[in-house]
Amino acid sequence: MQRLRTSGPKPAVLAGAVALGCIGLAVVTPMLALVAVAPAMPDLSADYLGFVWSITKFTLLQAGLSTALSVLAAIPLARALARQATFPGRRIVLRLLALPLALPALVVVLGLIEVWGRQGWISTIVQATGLAGPLNIYGLSGILIAHVFFNMALAARLLVASLEQIPPENWRLAAQLSFTSRHVFRHIEWPVIRSALPGIASLVFMLCIASFAVVLVLGGGPKATTLEVAIYQSLRFDFDPPRAVLLAALQLALCAGLFVLGGRMATDIAVMSGVGKPARRPDRFASRRTDALVIAAGLAFLALPMLAIFLSGVMAPFSVIVSQSVFWQALTTSLVLALTAASLALVMAWSLLAAQRTIMRRRTPSRAASAFMSCMQASGSLILVVPPVVIGAGWFVVLHRTGLANSAAPVIVAIVNALMALPFALRILRPAVVGQAQIHDRLCASLGLSGLQRWRLVDLPVLARSFALAFAFAAALSIGDLGAAALFGSADFVTLPLLLLQKMGSYRSVEAAGIALLLAGFCLFLIWLAERLKPGEQNS
Amino acid sequence: MLRLLTLCLAALLALVLPASAKDKLTVYTYDSFVSDWGPGPKIKTAFEATCECELEWVAVADAVATLNRIKLEGAGSKADILLGIDSSLTAEASATGLFEEHGIKTENVNLPVDWTDKTFVPYDYGHFAIIYDSEKIKTPPASLDDLVNGDPDQKIVIQDPRTSSPGLGLLLWIKAVYGDKAGEAWTKLSNRVLTVTPGWSEAYGMFTTGEAPMVLSYTTSPAYHMVAESTDRYRAASFPEGHYMQIEVAGILKSSQNKPLARRFLDFMTGPGFQDHIPTNNWMWPAGKTSDALPDAFDKLVKPAKSLLLSADEVNANRKAWIDEWLKATTR
Repeated sequence: MQRLRTSGPKPAVLAGAVALGCIGLAVVTPMLALVAVAPAMPDLSADYLGFVWSITKFTLLQAGLSTALSVLAAIPLARALARQATFPGRRIVLRLLALPLALPALVVVLGLIEVWGRQGWISTIVQATGLAGPLNIYGLSGILIAHVFFNMALAARLLVASLEQIPPENWRLAAQLSFTSRHVFRHIEWPVIRSALPGIASLVFMLCIASFAVVLVLGGGPKATTLEVAIYQSLRFDFDPPRAVLLAALQLALCAGLFVLGGRMATDIAVMSGVGKPARRPDRFASRRTDALVIAAGLAFLALPMLAIFLSGVMAPFSVIVSQSVFWQALTTSLVLALTAASLALVMAWSLLAAQRTIMRRRTPSRAASAFMSCMQASGSLILVVPPVVIGAGWFVVLHRTGLANSAAPVIVAIVNALMALPFALRILRPAVVGQAQIHDRLCASLGLSGLQRWRLVDLPVLARSFALAFAFAAALSIGDLGAAALFGSADFVTLPLLLLQKMGSYRSVEAAGIALLLAGFCLFLIWLAERLKPGEQNS
Repeated sequence: MLRLLTLCLAALLALVLPASAKDKLTVYTYDSFVSDWGPGPKIKTAFEATCECELEWVAVADAVATLNRIKLEGAGSKADILLGIDSSLTAEASATGLFEEHGIKTENVNLPVDWTDKTFVPYDYGHFAIIYDSEKIKTPPASLDDLVNGDPDQKIVIQDPRTSSPGLGLLLWIKAVYGDKAGEAWTKLSNRVLTVTPGWSEAYGMFTTGEAPMVLSYTTSPAYHMVAESTDRYRAASFPEGHYMQIEVAGILKSSQNKPLARRFLDFMTGPGFQDHIPTNNWMWPAGKTSDALPDAFDKLVKPAKSLLLSADEVNANRKAWIDEWLKATTR
């Protein structure tokens, strides 16, 4: 092993290249296959281009606003949660933050409508006070409420993870210098938030670009048409693959452009990684009241729709649901899929990050190395805006031609889910891995630790918490994912979200609500399990 | 982690069971047809009892997706039959050149309109209708015109014609009634539209949770609530202009390796062995004789005095233009 490593590119870099290659292959192959199936020039009339321009504007507008609001709301919430490291129920709150992502959009939309809709709880209260008529959220405001609901929770969770990486020494220093809350923010928290923000904001932005059901239902109608809707329509209803691929490429190019712009602004600020439990911060007493207020407000916003989902779910006939064999089949499939996708996402994320770490160690990386590095960073984000309907249909064509369509379908679904979870895993792991490298690189070099040995003895124990969180997020995301699984329909391949949708599609909305509740329960269970199964604990 | 990954991949592969080697008929259809509570499993049992064969359902998300699947697979499709596309898609399906004439006798087929298509055989039908919540609306719209011009504060949820079959159904309904004035009708109606959903499920979910008192669905929807939930709270509004029809059909693929069996299935489809399972499993009207009379709930349903149906060719030729007209009229 040692001898092999002396010449040629380092294995970490190779692993990164392989991961990048796989991602590229997984995305580009289906697009090419779709173009090949119906090679024709898509309609590029002035009328149509005008339509594309108007939906592009709307897409960017809603995604931009949603991102800004989500991130702005997440910062105070994350600060409050990071500051108050010990209040009862904190762990539950943190777990709940991962939940919105795991629920199928349709379920969340109905939950949000129950709270914010025309006949919703808030509307009822407002009307009872006699101050205003029923609320009407359908339009941009509805889209924003839903996107903030999904993404504020995500952004806050990721920010809390970053803030918890601040080493305790900093807090001791801050206490000695009697920093005020403003000083703490400026000198300790902001640098960390700033370095995490571009990654988080771009993630949220891509998620909002790719949002589909939310935009159509809460957008109030065709005024709220986005690129994703047009892609879906051109592939599903018009069956115009070239047009679908063209629109998907446009969406991808648009986001890549924004990513390059955003990348200029982002700076990798060294984050010193703290080891062990989150620090008990000296400033936790002074701001107790405002923090409680912020957490309560954030929690109310997030918990009310979840409560609505819970309330409509508990009334479900669970004995009927669990007596159906298809339920258990779906549950098994979903669990296996989620675990596979999450493991795969983590392996890919680690390969990409280890390669980046190795390249960053060089004082003067070559041009090729820098380009490779940017590609690796971009791939982790852009994957989100490749519409699943395009990936699914394209892969289907490829697999069908090779006669593998049925047996390979579950594997493809797992890979697609892993790719969708990759951006989350990368964002959770990256700060920790980069910070890690700076602390331990020299030490490891002087001790002659490298490769697997270093991974086992140094990296794994320190990164265990980040790995667990990344795993939980990835698993939650793919257990709730519908897109990929729905594309390879076959009677034997049913996942939980698919079953839920089938129930909703045939009047059984009460049973569907029960399944949604069970789905949420399994997600929380997975997150709890991931927290338990920290691989580092076995070693220490 | 790697060990877990290998384990999971192995488990995933194990989920895909090897197929058995019997005389097999493969039928592509939409997924709610073959769900546990849908007609698929019962029809499979009934058909297999009449033949020494195996009936394999392959379920794809919805009707449009099944046709796309056939298009993606082209001549190499392993499907013998496509079941589940509706009358607005038959022209598009025929145009692919992938289907062949069914060649069976259709004297058992019973529809409110004449059926002359030589490629596709109908197995059930329904009429689109506005379903309303009788606890919230005491005087439902008495006609399509009444719906279009009614109180804008009384909201309806409809589906997007670009992504959903009922959505397309309403588009054709308004076209069939208003013709050249369809655009104006849409502009007026859009004042009453609370929102437009991508599919039927979202719209109907919003309706049953009480967010909107009216929804676009089928005349047969109240039957589900009467039979399964014993309530007649949700009712269909009857429109004298007529109700647009949806006829669901099946056809044989040219590439089928087992055409005699495929024809036998289509023949079986028009008889009671198949039709018996349609009303209370697919919640549509049977397009042929059933062994017993339909449940009482079906007697109480709105029976449109007039069935509207534009020709499949006309729909196929104009769909894009009509959707553009709808977009212009409703985004004003």
